[in-house]
Amino acid sequence: MIEFIKTLISGLGLGSIYALIALGYTMVYGIAKMLNFAHGDVIMVGAYAGIVAFTSAGLPPVFTVFLSVAACTLLGVLIERFAYKPLRGASSLSVLITAIGMSYLLQNLALMIFGSQQQAYPQYVKLPSVTLGGITIDGITLLTLGVTALIMIGMSLFINRTRLGKAMRAVAEDRGAAELMGISVDKTIALTFAIGSALAAVASICYGLTYVYIKPTTGAMPGIKAFTAAVFGGIGSIPGAMLGGIALGVIEQMAKTYISPLWADAIVFAVLVLVLVIRPTGLMGKEVQEKV
Amino acid sequence: MSEGILSVQNMSVSYGSIHAVKNISFEVQEGEIVTLIGANGAGKSTTLNAIARLLPASGEIRFAGDSLMHVPGHAVLKKGLAMVPEGRRIFLRMSVEENLEMGAYITPRSSMQEQMEDVFRRFPRLEERRSQIAGTLSGGEQQMLAMGRALMSKPKLLMMDEPSMGLAPILVEQIFGIIRELNAAGTTILLVEQNAQAALSVADRGYVMETGRIVMSGKAEELLASPAVKKAYLGG
Ligand SMILES: Nc1ncnc2c1ncn2[C@@H]1O[C@H](COP(=O)(O)OP(=O)(O)O)[C@@H](O)[C@H]1O
Ligand SMILES: [Mg+2]
Repeated sequence: MIEFIKTLISGLGLGSIYALIALGYTMVYGIAKMLNFAHGDVIMVGAYAGIVAFTSAGLPPVFTVFLSVAACTLLGVLIERFAYKPLRGASSLSVLITAIGMSYLLQNLALMIFGSQQQAYPQYVKLPSVTLGGITIDGITLLTLGVTALIMIGMSLFINRTRLGKAMRAVAEDRGAAELMGISVDKTIALTFAIGSALAAVASICYGLTYVYIKPTTGAMPGIKAFTAAVFGGIGSIPGAMLGGIALGVIEQMAKTYISPLWADAIVFAVLVLVLVIRPTGLMGKEVQEKV
Repeated sequence: MSEGILSVQNMSVSYGSIHAVKNISFEVQEGEIVTLIGANGAGKSTTLNAIARLLPASGEIRFAGDSLMHVPGHAVLKKGLAMVPEGRRIFLRMSVEENLEMGAYITPRSSMQEQMEDVFRRFPRLEERRSQIAGTLSGGEQQMLAMGRALMSKPKLLMMDEPSMGLAPILVEQIFGIIRELNAAGTTILLVEQNAQAALSVADRGYVMETGRIVMSGKAEELLASPAVKKAYLGG
């Protein structure tokens, strides 16, 4: 029982990181109608930004966090502006290939700058672990859970309650109609990339503090898992990305503990395929029927 | 005639190699109801979409004295030009109230509530259903929402693309009644219709489009009486 609860909690921690990344995937998909396969690599850049800020430049933790978020946000906006925006209206295949190319570009730039060896992410946040009823929970895991919960609540409020959030939903549903309302589609898409990338920066911090070692390909696997989580939850759906991320993290840790660490990834993807066979739109994906 | 509130000169619009609108010119004077009629595929929607700057066009489009040729699509509404697009295109996943809020996206928060009350006065059905998801409204209610949404910014000119499409005759009558009321309250209207009879009976003037060209124009009653229009659009 204790092992089960421990596995569940570490699964929730991992799932939180997936959920943060999946939010970026799903928002960009919903609003810009593209799969941004470079999104995982933004996490890698965020992690290196943390290393540079804290380890190399000796900045205090608060500035390290701020710098990571700022670096990722700027990167996301620049990628959109210079790589994807010129392709608006091009075939989705061209956009997809550009996104994959952008992913390799970021990985190779990191390889040139930081080398292929892994580097340790500075452990600038130290939190005591908590023991409850014989179960010890890592402080960083608790922090990850707390931060993710806050972000989820904040994002839900932003999307559902604010004028800007509603404008994003309007653009997601019908770009032309949104333009007729006076909403700038270009600005909305740029904002989407900014938010998604800022969330990726938060994920990079949680990831670095939990798993420590960073290399140029660090973003690839969490990226693909988070993409899977977004599809699992219903791509384009924000609650779906949250649920999908958490579910995926828990399934992965359960499979690692109770089946085999070697099989964990295969099981995760098998569950994805199963869900998509049963519910092609994902867990929370929905279709609204048009009426005449 | 002086330059109208809307003036289109030698406008052409293409989709790749398809020339959907060929060198058309027309005017709408302030306070008028002008209708653009023609068969399916004549280029009416293309014309409205180009004026709303959702499609690139050549030639000249002037609104309230300014050229729109370099105005991006999202800035057109601010000039006072709103459109109810073909097929309504309301935000189906948003509530009635949220749809109206989007219609007031560019207007200050303070005047939004007042505008919404105004729209609710005109369309009491929408008020009853203010928190309902728009996708679950009936066709007539969706059309009212599309019109209400376009009115939220208090446009000077309202363009409507086939507002009667797919509606029962009693609703069509109601919609045309509302068009008259809006016009009486000072809104200039450019109305696209396949239902030529209904459109011409509410309009001051009309233009007839055929395969991307304007082939006829005149006062609404003249067009209604014209044998050519009668034959082609009014069922003999
Ligand atoms: N998105 C599009 N791509 C290519 N051709 C189009 C498109 N939309 C309309 N057309 C063509 O342009 C012409 C005019 O269409 P439209 O403006 O919709 O006519 P109407 O509104 O008068 O029925 C038609 O021949 C139609 O097939
Ligand atoms: Mg049409």
